[in-house]
Amino acid sequence: MFDALTDRLSGVFDGLTGKGSLSEKDVSSALREIRVALLEADVALDVVKQFIADIKPKAVGESVIRSVKPGQQVIKIVHDGLVEMLGGGEEAQGLRIDNVPAVIMMAGLQGSGKTTTTGKLAKRLKEHERKKVLIASLDVYRPAAMKQLEILAGQVGVDSLPIMDGQMPVDIAKRAVNAAKLGGYDVVILDTAGRTTLDEQMMGEAASVADVSNPSETILVADALTGQDAVETARRFDERLKLTGLILTRMDGDGRGGAALSMRAVTGLPIKFLGTGEKSDGLEVFDATRIAGRILGQGDVVSLVEKAAAEIDQEKAEKMAKKMAKGIFDLEDLAEQFKQMERMGGLGGLMGMLPGAKKAKQAMDAQGLDDRVLKRQHAVIMSMTPKERAKPALLNASRKKRIAAGAGVEVSEVNKVLKMHKQMAGMMKKMGKGGMKQMAKAMGAMGQGGLPGGQSMDPAALQDMAGKMGGGLPGLGGPGMPGGMGGLPGLGGPRGGKKK
Amino acid sequence: MESLPFQTLEEVAQEKADTAAPKEDETSSPEPIEEELIAETEIDDPIAETKTTGFFSRMTQGLRRSSSKLADGITSVFTKKKLDDDTLEDLEDLLISSDLGTNVAMRVCDNIRKDRFDKEVSSEEIKQALASEIAQVLQPREEVLDLSEGPSPRVVLFVGVNGSGKTTTIGKIASKLSAQGADLLLAAGDTFRAAAVEQLKVWADRSNSGFLSRPDGADSAGLAYDAIQQAKQENRDLVLIDTAGRLQNRTELMDELAKVVRAIRKVEPTAPHDVILVLDATVGQNALSQVEAFKHTAGVTGLVMTKLDGTAKGGVLVAIADKHAIPIHFVGIGEKAEDLHPFSADAFANALVGLSDDVTGE
Repeated sequence: MFDALTDRLSGVFDGLTGKGSLSEKDVSSALREIRVALLEADVALDVVKQFIADIKPKAVGESVIRSVKPGQQVIKIVHDGLVEMLGGGEEAQGLRIDNVPAVIMMAGLQGSGKTTTTGKLAKRLKEHERKKVLIASLDVYRPAAMKQLEILAGQVGVDSLPIMDGQMPVDIAKRAVNAAKLGGYDVVILDTAGRTTLDEQMMGEAASVADVSNPSETILVADALTGQDAVETARRFDERLKLTGLILTRMDGDGRGGAALSMRAVTGLPIKFLGTGEKSDGLEVFDATRIAGRILGQGDVVSLVEKAAAEIDQEKAEKMAKKMAKGIFDLEDLAEQFKQMERMGGLGGLMGMLPGAKKAKQAMDAQGLDDRVLKRQHAVIMSMTPKERAKPALLNASRKKRIAAGAGVEVSEVNKVLKMHKQMAGMMKKMGKGGMKQMAKAMGAMGQGGLPGGQSMDPAALQDMAGKMGGGLPGLGGPGMPGGMGGLPGLGGPRGGKKK
Repeated sequence: MESLPFQTLEEVAQEKADTAAPKEDETSSPEPIEEELIAETEIDDPIAETKTTGFFSRMTQGLRRSSSKLADGITSVFTKKKLDDDTLEDLEDLLISSDLGTNVAMRVCDNIRKDRFDKEVSSEEIKQALASEIAQVLQPREEVLDLSEGPSPRVVLFVGVNGSGKTTTIGKIASKLSAQGADLLLAAGDTFRAAAVEQLKVWADRSNSGFLSRPDGADSAGLAYDAIQQAKQENRDLVLIDTAGRLQNRTELMDELAKVVRAIRKVEPTAPHDVILVLDATVGQNALSQVEAFKHTAGVTGLVMTKLDGTAKGGVLVAIADKHAIPIHFVGIGEKAEDLHPFSADAFANALVGLSDDVTGE
């Protein structure tokens, strides 16, 4: 699913050289793909149209960052636009709790998760903000809805309004506010019945409840899996109830969450919390960046960069860079590269996270190339003495035999590793003499220019680098490997990832 | 987003009519209770349907649903003009905004382009054409579920994500079948959500069905096992098994569902005879992923789409029908037993494009 957008975009930009600035034509073709991607993520059509119209002038004329593919750059601009639209610049807003007892009214469609969310919210207010909370169910329609809230209240340790059969919602609301006043509660949460916005009678009832209880927060609880209808629902509820915020539930699903953008756009209201899971503590503070990445399907690139930054040992990388600058690359360095790859989730994990690398991954799978190969080759090096690792020329037939036995492989496997090392070392030597400048540049771009704001990883720079490294791992690569793959361990080179 | 690109004067007028209409509801609400009496076995049940929308009010509600986005959109796009690329693109957008998904929307538009490109078309014509294209996709999936026959006991398992309406759907089906004289056992397999058991119990009482439950947190697979055994002993015609709602990407919960199916097979190797996936009409493209996952884990044999009485028209059902050969049995348009209707491809397609107000075609 996440591959779709990046694959499509790499198609659009294949013909572009990425020089100068983004032309209107480049941007238009990219935005067409982004439009479809947003629609597939369930962002409402009107919102998509508006968003694309807003973003276009920002992208056209933008000067192209050297090492970044134009497609990546457009995605970055779109990503930032989404974050902004989702309210990323705003301070996270809690719930307004003044005028004790503050009334919080929960509204939404049937099955959106109001009752469960009411329980979660009560727990949060009680434990994080030390409030005395009373919850009351106004759902006299769905069988056992009131009982459900009563049980939840018991589970999270707050009080619930005693159930009185036959009372109507408006009266229950009055009784709840009264009980809260008398009982010295800070907050009273009113959980209303689910209703469709077309049901005038029910919408009128909700409005009456709001009238008598004068809520300081009126929250629309909506399902993050909602489709195009999200705008309609949000607008209609907002019109009748003067909403103050949104809570999106089922964020632990695999939906793309386009509803978040739609609802935010149409109401302008802050998304206060995200509901995840059915447990009573599954309520998270809203994070615009995370949702933007999810809608775009770019979350993986972000996490790749984060992972790279977190996992790659800066010191070791710099040490290696110094050695490389002198054109020295011994077996110890090769082993270190294997290890860094493993830390980043192995070959499969790494390739899976790289945009556009799907094909390479498929080729790898087809050849049965997996992390076991890496592990085995690492074991081969580990079976050598430090002396041997530093000076591979020492290795004669009997030493190789010993190493093979130690690593549990055939001698031919040892030879493969040595051949791979020889090729890489040769290349390093060449680089140390002349090509190093270029390579350092490519890597520098990775560390800085290629990662604007640490948001996007630039596969172009990676591929560039890999290309310069001459398909570094021939023993690994095999015949069918796409070019540029082989040099991947170079990812662990100096300044791979953002500096702290 | 105040000025929607396709909001028409008609829509504005319609909205005004919408707010004017409700008065009818209030005045007509007292009488229809008598009708309700026949359908309901218990009317003094405090949490039963206190909301007394009768036949007439429901009809006006049905009429109001004609303010469907797609219908208004089409009317504004085609006021008798040439079908060119721009209009086709607008049409495609409208289909997408009804949750049909990009693929199906594109194909439907391509088909319309073939026959009518560069011709003068009226909005009515284009609605007809769209409806027939959509009905064509849906037709093969139209299959009424006849639960009155088959093995005894016939075991029907209900699955779906949280809040899709499983328990309510079971309640409705139980009420209908019981009224037809079937002897049922309802098994409250949602042992997780608070009061889910009580909710189903109310429906069991209303429909005079047998009822089996376990304390909260109990193993639902064990409950399913016992339910079938009990139904065999008591010579019941049908066992309807509820399950807890689960998101399809939660592996541990899906594994639990697989276990329920395995437990059912242990007592009755041919069961479950039906596995019904309950889908919420408001859900967007994620419904496709739901169908795939539940099909894989529980072997879904049929679909029910609920909550079609709201603003969402459930267009994703077309995308599902296009991709999966799974029959669609029922649509739900309200909370009462009689609000569950057999699925009709034509009626659904007509309601989706705004040719008709009634999704049930009855």
